[in-house]
Amino acid sequence: MRIMAQLAMVMNLDKCIGCHTCSVTCKQAWTNRAGTEYVWFNNVETRPGQGYPRTYQDQDKWKGGWELNRRGRLKLKAGGRLRKLLTIFANPLMPSINDYYEPWTYDYDRLFSAPATEDTPVARPRSLISGEPTKITWSANWDDDLAGGPELAPADPVLRKLSDQVKLEFEQAFMFYLPRICEHCLNPSCVASCPSGAMYKRAEDGIVLVDQDRCRGWRMCVTGCPYKKVYFNHRTGKAEKCTFCYPRVEVGLPTVCSETCVGRLRYIGIILYDADKVAEAASVPDEKDLYEAQKGVLLDPHDPEVIAGARAAGIPEDWLEAARSSPIHKLIFEFGVALPLHPEYRTMPMVWYIPPLSPVVDILAKTGHDGEDAGNLFGAIDALRIPVEYLAELFTAGDPGPVKGVLNRLAAMRSYMRRINLGQTPDESIATAVGMNGRQIEDMHRLLALAPYDERY
Amino acid sequence: MTGMDGPVSDALLKLGRHLRPGTVSEDLRTLHQIGGRQGDVFYRDRWSHDKVVRSTHGVNCTGSCSWKVYVKDGVITWEAQQTDYPSVGGDRPEYEPRGCPRGAAFSWYTYSPTRVRFPYARGVLVEMYREAKARLGDPVAAWAEITTDPVKRRRYQSGRGKGGLVRVTWDEATEIIAAAHVHTIKTYGPDRVAGFSPIPAMSMASHAVGARFVSLIGGAMLSFYDWYADLPVASPQVFGDQTDVPESADWWDASYLMLWGSNVPVTRTPDAHFMAEARYRGQKVVVLSPDYSDASKFADEWLAPNPGTDGALAMAMGHVILKEFFVDSATPAFTDYVKRFTDLPFLVRLRERDGAYLPDKFLTAADLGQEGKEAAFATVLLDARTGEPVVPNGSLAFRYAEEGKGRWNLDLGEVDPLLTVQGGEAVPVALPRFDGLGDGVLQRGVPVRQVGEHLVTTVYDLMLAQYGVARDGLPGRWPAGYDDAAEPYTPAWQEAFTGVPAVAATRIAREFARNAEQSGGRSMIIMGAGTNHWFHSDTIYRSFLALTTLTGCQGVNGGGWAHYVGQEKCRPTTGWAQLAAAADWSRPPRQMIGTAYWYLHTDQWRYDTFSADVVSSSLGDGAFTGKSTADLLSQSARLGWMPSYPTFDRNPLDLADEAAAAGQEVGPYITGEVTSGRLGFACEDPDAPENWPRVLTVWRANLLGSSAKGNEYFLRHLLGTDSSVRAEEAGPEQRPSSVAWPEEAPRGKLDLLLSLDFRMTSTTLFSDIVLPAATWYEKHDLSSTDMHPFVHAFTPAIDPPWQTRTDFAAFHAIATAFSALAKTHLGTRTDLVAVPLLHDTPDELANPHGRVRDWRVTGDVPTPGVDFPKLVTVERDYGAVADKMAALGPLLERLGATTKGLTFDVSGEIGRIARMNGTVRGGVADGRPSLARDSDLCEAILALSGTTNGHLAAQGFATLGRRTGTSFEGLADEHKQITFADTQARPVPVITSPEWSGSETDGRRYSAFTINVEHRKPWHTLTGRQHFYLDHDWMHEAGEALPVYRPPLNMTAMFGEPSLGGSGIGDSGENGVTVRYLTPHSKWSIHSEYQDNLLMLTLSRGGPTIWMSPADAAKAKVRDNDWVEAVNRNGVVVARAIVSHRMPEGTVYMYHAQERVVDVPKSETSGRRGGIHNSLTRLLVKPTHLIGGYAQLSFAFNYLGPTGNQRDEITVIRRRSQEVDY
Repeated sequence: MRIMAQLAMVMNLDKCIGCHTCSVTCKQAWTNRAGTEYVWFNNVETRPGQGYPRTYQDQDKWKGGWELNRRGRLKLKAGGRLRKLLTIFANPLMPSINDYYEPWTYDYDRLFSAPATEDTPVARPRSLISGEPTKITWSANWDDDLAGGPELAPADPVLRKLSDQVKLEFEQAFMFYLPRICEHCLNPSCVASCPSGAMYKRAEDGIVLVDQDRCRGWRMCVTGCPYKKVYFNHRTGKAEKCTFCYPRVEVGLPTVCSETCVGRLRYIGIILYDADKVAEAASVPDEKDLYEAQKGVLLDPHDPEVIAGARAAGIPEDWLEAARSSPIHKLIFEFGVALPLHPEYRTMPMVWYIPPLSPVVDILAKTGHDGEDAGNLFGAIDALRIPVEYLAELFTAGDPGPVKGVLNRLAAMRSYMRRINLGQTPDESIATAVGMNGRQIEDMHRLLALAPYDERY
Repeated sequence: MTGMDGPVSDALLKLGRHLRPGTVSEDLRTLHQIGGRQGDVFYRDRWSHDKVVRSTHGVNCTGSCSWKVYVKDGVITWEAQQTDYPSVGGDRPEYEPRGCPRGAAFSWYTYSPTRVRFPYARGVLVEMYREAKARLGDPVAAWAEITTDPVKRRRYQSGRGKGGLVRVTWDEATEIIAAAHVHTIKTYGPDRVAGFSPIPAMSMASHAVGARFVSLIGGAMLSFYDWYADLPVASPQVFGDQTDVPESADWWDASYLMLWGSNVPVTRTPDAHFMAEARYRGQKVVVLSPDYSDASKFADEWLAPNPGTDGALAMAMGHVILKEFFVDSATPAFTDYVKRFTDLPFLVRLRERDGAYLPDKFLTAADLGQEGKEAAFATVLLDARTGEPVVPNGSLAFRYAEEGKGRWNLDLGEVDPLLTVQGGEAVPVALPRFDGLGDGVLQRGVPVRQVGEHLVTTVYDLMLAQYGVARDGLPGRWPAGYDDAAEPYTPAWQEAFTGVPAVAATRIAREFARNAEQSGGRSMIIMGAGTNHWFHSDTIYRSFLALTTLTGCQGVNGGGWAHYVGQEKCRPTTGWAQLAAAADWSRPPRQMIGTAYWYLHTDQWRYDTFSADVVSSSLGDGAFTGKSTADLLSQSARLGWMPSYPTFDRNPLDLADEAAAAGQEVGPYITGEVTSGRLGFACEDPDAPENWPRVLTVWRANLLGSSAKGNEYFLRHLLGTDSSVRAEEAGPEQRPSSVAWPEEAPRGKLDLLLSLDFRMTSTTLFSDIVLPAATWYEKHDLSSTDMHPFVHAFTPAIDPPWQTRTDFAAFHAIATAFSALAKTHLGTRTDLVAVPLLHDTPDELANPHGRVRDWRVTGDVPTPGVDFPKLVTVERDYGAVADKMAALGPLLERLGATTKGLTFDVSGEIGRIARMNGTVRGGVADGRPSLARDSDLCEAILALSGTTNGHLAAQGFATLGRRTGTSFEGLADEHKQITFADTQARPVPVITSPEWSGSETDGRRYSAFTINVEHRKPWHTLTGRQHFYLDHDWMHEAGEALPVYRPPLNMTAMFGEPSLGGSGIGDSGENGVTVRYLTPHSKWSIHSEYQDNLLMLTLSRGGPTIWMSPADAAKAKVRDNDWVEAVNRNGVVVARAIVSHRMPEGTVYMYHAQERVVDVPKSETSGRRGGIHNSLTRLLVKPTHLIGGYAQLSFAFNYLGPTGNQRDEITVIRRRSQEVDY
């Protein structure tokens, strides 16, 4: 056992309002400069939708992450190490600027400088790449709120896997938002892809970084990351990525995206894991086992053996305390509501998500499922507007079981708490039905609903 | 050990590991590294900063979020939300971190290419001015010449909005501005000057300083809350209050929440988390929205009513609640509530007409023979114990009279109000219906009782008749059951209009009421612009309020209405209002209803191709018949109901002199002149040059890019430049009878349009002079909102850069230049101010029973203050305006400060302000407290308001207690005084004060009307209770005495637009599609602010867009991101289409305030620049909003007035050539 500490994040998608404040504060702090105009370390995408860069989840096309070779050993999907070295000068698996978007500005100066003329001055768009007038055909968030849905959403790689079940029509409309940063994976394929050794995972907290001095701009990391969260700065010629705001977290401040999240849906905490188990867990044959396998790598911070091992590994005492009070550990294990994003990429991502409950049942609710009525509560999950299968493709490699388990717990919390809200006696059977007890539900309610600042981070 | 992909690469990697400083994992999979991180220093540098400054955003969004502004090397770098809001108690989510992406993008403006860095002016105007001034030697003479020479006038007016701005100095700019003001005041009158600056709460000092200047010179400040259509007129109608709502943390207290026409995640971004989180506490959320909105994502149930039909659904829900929770079996909690706190038990007289009866006026003590002025306002109910009529405490009769002292309260004593007179006789009643079915009349019946000589029933009995809830033994035609679609207002009936299934309507209504019963009134409706911006929104809202009031939810934490449209709550309201109105120096100020102002002066009234009686009930007496809306507007003005500026067709400075010369008091002189026909009202001839507005200053606003409904009419008539108006003026038979109609409508009324802004907008582009303003990170100011209970500060992170100045400094510069010129040109004059009958004053008693008596019809001589505006003279020392602006005047000690009828004695506070701010030496303000700095003004606002000064709050409650005879002890934190420094340090919770109707005492969450319910304080209405029934003549004429469903206006019938759903032929002959045109609030902007911000444009689609359904897109052959043109009689919009299946068929959205500055090409239809979202809308004034001088239907600024509604509009959308030309 080799115990390491990892900074991790959980985002509760059930609370996300898709406002993009996280994206803007992140961009303002980190990437509003030449060379990174198109770069959003943090972005938010409407699902169903193509994402940013578009269709990044289509690994048949982009070849990000890991896969197992015939012998069951991990190999980079974009090709083995040798192949990477051989194709270093011609990497065909890069999203082009058009897959992100061509950044632009406007001729704002016209508003002041226009001479007396026949019509109102206007600022027309101009490309920040070419400097020429441009037509805007794609942006960082083009399909926000189902914009262009019928035309664009069918290309959503997740939706394509279940397209026969989903109609993009008014009555069946559904959407939710997926905020994304770098996953700071336990098994980062970007680091493994870098031929220069410029990418590394910080030993003390697991933050994945690019050494700006060593980066040679090969961009293999861009290909290697299945989440497309490493970017190429076209001004400096080097790779850049989300830093988990290390200049902030090092002094005890949460990341910009977390602290400015007005939905209050982000949690940050320390997780302890066994570094020796990572490769084995990432290599389990069945993709659907990866969620449990990753949980198996994470350690119980209350376990005396783990504590002793961690001390031996030089992890400081206050970090161990932080690990014990970590909201991340609670959400993954105690409450069991957080799931990894695309475990099938085998990178062991460390930004996890609580799937959205999406309680809206049906516009034509002739026979409504009342989400608070314990009687039909769990039956309603299957009738939710967001197909469980869609969520399963995101979080559990297509296995609907764990997703349903989470949604049942969220629904049970609402039902259980409603009785307390109305001054009625609590109904323990609601908690029991989802494998919890009333105390646990109340604790979960505190963490998810009240979510005080010092308990979120 | 599990290894990597193969032996060769393993070997290579093993070699590589010795070359690297870090630790390669045993399995060669990953690289860990400690130390040696010089390569990461870039990000550490990037993060480092010199200071963090607390400020906020002065934008009309209800946000009022506290922000950290980061500064490095004297440059603002970025911003992030503050997280140090005082705790709300630990039993609910905290407020941190409030903010949104728009606010997070604000610092972009500081150094952006759209920043106004210097003063600008229209080049051609400046040239003419310099030439004339050089020749004439006097700025005022120069301005007079340019603006009265038709050729010169035309030259610069026609150039408005077409480039040609040049840089000028501050000195020259303020000199021209001063000259324009002086000339206008001297030649036409001070009421020809106007100021427009909305929403004081969003930056109180910046608003107050300009309003103070305008008020000191006698100019008119234009209202905004009603003009924006954000004012829910139902609120003064039902509550007698402008608007009062719960803070967002109180959503947590609700156990049933409806979001009705309110897209909370988009429009209340900082607070949406309370809604998301309250669900975890078991709150049920129902969203009513025509599209699958951002809010719908959170809904347990989503109902999609057809746009504008929400009232039908609410009426059906009311039907269910009345039937199941009142008639079938009484719900004690509900019954007790409505008896105490609503007008339901009050008696209404019936009058007979054609064999049926019509509901008429409230029965009052005057009807029972009582003498005295107040008797007609003493409403009557029956005591269930005795069956005898009783005049309970609390009605208007007790509010002002000496004998009412101690009795203006809701104590019923032993009286048990009788809710229904059922059990005896019954008569048929005729009630209006507007659903287009039947003959416009509902035949129903009510039980009656004879009281004295009057046949009466109760409001409750009328409500059951109106809602169609049958009871045994009543005559009339009643629904057979919920599934009877023919008779209003059943669930089945509404389905045909709304598209919402009857069973869903029934179930939600039942759940809403049952939850209220179980939770003690914790059912809440968040209602928003989607239901509030319609022509008939007051009826929609009254049908909503019926749901919350019948179920006892108003005045309960977690219950009732939550209307959030406009940041209307300036919590330290008394201090702000006094200083903004310059009421410390002179009273009264001129305060004008914005909608009527623009309606007249942009000549939109000339395009009313319908008679005002299109809104009349078939049961009306014909009060609107043969009249146009402009006729009714002038009637309202001459009766003193609503303000009207400019008031007369002569300079009010001259009128005062004339009265003096004639040796008469102004009252008789003016009424004599008017009745003799020698003096006219300006609104009766608004197109005559002497009646035009001449000088308009716009600050903290973007009139022409945002709120200007009928934008193209503004450009054509007010500004005199090119426009895309396509409408025809009214034909002779539709023209007003009492308003003059010059054959040629004027083009170019305004002499000077002045704007102050920090970015280029549609308003600055059309302005004659643009002054560069400081941003929100460059000045001191104050902010508050209805959404949270705090007051907090703006603080400069940097000094105003380039030549920018704060609004405070700019208006002081203007005032100084003005005073210098005015000293000789104007001197001291006496101004005659015409004041309307005011709410929360005894003026409310002017018109007993709300009967209309028009002296112009009767030939009587009117009496100012009764059936004519009050006439007040005000001395104006024009040379002293700058000195007065910079000091706190003496009237406050002498007259006190009045808010909502409650006068605070502030004499004890003046000394404290003087000690904090210092005093003035010399001049008219010698020895007075200084207001020379923006921070002084902030300090004075806080010191003069009960919410921020516990002394005043406690004093106010004591004063109020003497009138009500009830106790408010312990509500106010008497010893807490909030200073400006406190608000700079951290958001500060306000103090419970009688300025508002709820309580924050002991950390309680604010909810409206809890003081009324818990302390038996009357609402400011006729009965002192919440009103279902409104008995004014014009309410009967409109058929709106009771809650009623009124569908959207029929634009095809009124204006000849193509029919909805039709193909509508575009100008080029191509087919388009005719659709409902809605302009909801945007995700990427706050009104027009941020719609030009590069970050927001990058996160959206980079320019103006129109959302449409796939079905409509198919009809018009439009694909996603195609350029389209939207055309109707009001103008043209060019935008790109967003095709989405979240949109319902038949409706398009052009999100609000996408203006013409960014990526707007020329239109194929007009050949001119495409317009703004409001190029397709226009003003339509609802006559009932003009009622005044009667109980709660009395004017107060931004409190009651016609709304600038815009939702009823339709448009043709068609695909245009995809090659666009700029």
